[in-house]
Amino acid sequence: MNFSWIFSYWPLLAAGAVQTVLLLVISVGFGFILAIGLALAQVSGPRWLKWLTRGYCTCLRGTPLLIQLWLLYYGVGSLLPLVPGLRGSFLWPIVREGFFFAALSFTLNYAAYEAEVLRGALLAVPKGELEAGRSFGMSSWTLLRRIWLPRAVRIALPTIAGEVVLQLKATPLAFTVTVMDLYAVAYKVRQDTLLVYEPLMVVTVFYVLLTLLITRAFKLVEAQVPARR
Amino acid sequence: MSSTQSMLELLSPYPPGWGGVLLSGALSTVMISLGAYLVGVLIGLLGATGKLKGNRPVLFVLDVYTTAVRAIPELILIIGLYYAGTDGLNRILLSLGLPAIEINGFVAAIAVLGIVQGAYMTEVLRGAILAIPVGQIEAASAFGMRPFLRFRRIVLPALMPNALPGLANLWMSVTKDSALIAVVGYQELALATRLAAGNTKHYFLFFLAAAALYLVITLLSNVVFGLLESRFRRGQPKTA
Repeated sequence: MNFSWIFSYWPLLAAGAVQTVLLLVISVGFGFILAIGLALAQVSGPRWLKWLTRGYCTCLRGTPLLIQLWLLYYGVGSLLPLVPGLRGSFLWPIVREGFFFAALSFTLNYAAYEAEVLRGALLAVPKGELEAGRSFGMSSWTLLRRIWLPRAVRIALPTIAGEVVLQLKATPLAFTVTVMDLYAVAYKVRQDTLLVYEPLMVVTVFYVLLTLLITRAFKLVEAQVPARR
Repeated sequence: MSSTQSMLELLSPYPPGWGGVLLSGALSTVMISLGAYLVGVLIGLLGATGKLKGNRPVLFVLDVYTTAVRAIPELILIIGLYYAGTDGLNRILLSLGLPAIEINGFVAAIAVLGIVQGAYMTEVLRGAILAIPVGQIEAASAFGMRPFLRFRRIVLPALMPNALPGLANLWMSVTKDSALIAVVGYQELALATRLAAGNTKHYFLFFLAAAALYLVITLLSNVVFGLLESRFRRGQPKTA
């Protein structure tokens, strides 16, 4: 076992860790917002919207994330230069990077899984609480903001914690589209030093630590709301 | 429209088209998934029995196994196990004075994915066995059934309805995880697609076709598991 490479690769490892965490935060943050919309559409939207969102969730949950990522990066990415005016615009430096496609596909994928979770949670909110809110004269927006959504998120919290960890474990796929995330750094170390296991081990320790951190954080959030069991 | 024409030609199953490559890729994806699933069920049954009945050291080893597999990203596990497995086997052979062998990518893929599946399967089966009323198992023992007969006649039929949703989830995840095997260079659907797309430069078309194939696999599996569940739940009261 030879870990002396760590000293010279330390900055790269740190930068990779930042990329990994950034991918996670972006996909979970935007994905969650998207998921709220998708879940609400499935629970109380008009029929065509229900069908559309159901179809979206089925398609994204039924195909591997790797294929979705490659479809976006290679497929859509090869069509993007054909869009007139895009190449000269300020967006071009962003949309030509692998990071953009990785973040986009992870967000869309996370939203599909999270929407299923939230849909169940929205349906699990006791009816009486919603009726109580309505009888206070709350508009449906206020009801959603003050009662329905917070209660649903509270119910879904343990599952969301699991989903976030799963999302973290999906981020190494970004290395297949040239993102220098933590795993890509390990890959580079392997190519430079011909060490196979040591970089993988170091990276693994980081992922496990981050997993522990996420589960701890969610435990803390869960403890904020007293629950009677 | 000429572009529709060329798309059909590109997807045709005969050599100028790449449809055949995609379909054989899809077939090896299904075969790898089936193999890995079976390995996973075997490991899961042993693991669940070990977790429920084992002594301290067995429990500790199984805990480390399931926790590690579930905390480490699949991609890293698959790549690590793939290299460590082939490398380790060759070192053992070398120390025994045997020549090194080239491990078949298909077998390695099944072994690696099977080990990952086994950890999740252990937890699913353990939960399902715990949900069986103890009295039923005790009654079987009281009738003098030996462990294997007891498992076949009492535990297995009672366990299946509880375990099926979890088992269905795991099957879906193994069909999708098998795409990760593409990264270590074994040609299943994802890698075949990349090959076809790279050769023809029709990236969008081929990745969309691959996504459709995966979706077909998923939807068919949904139907099969639905049928299985209604079969294993026959005679049970329907819940509202």
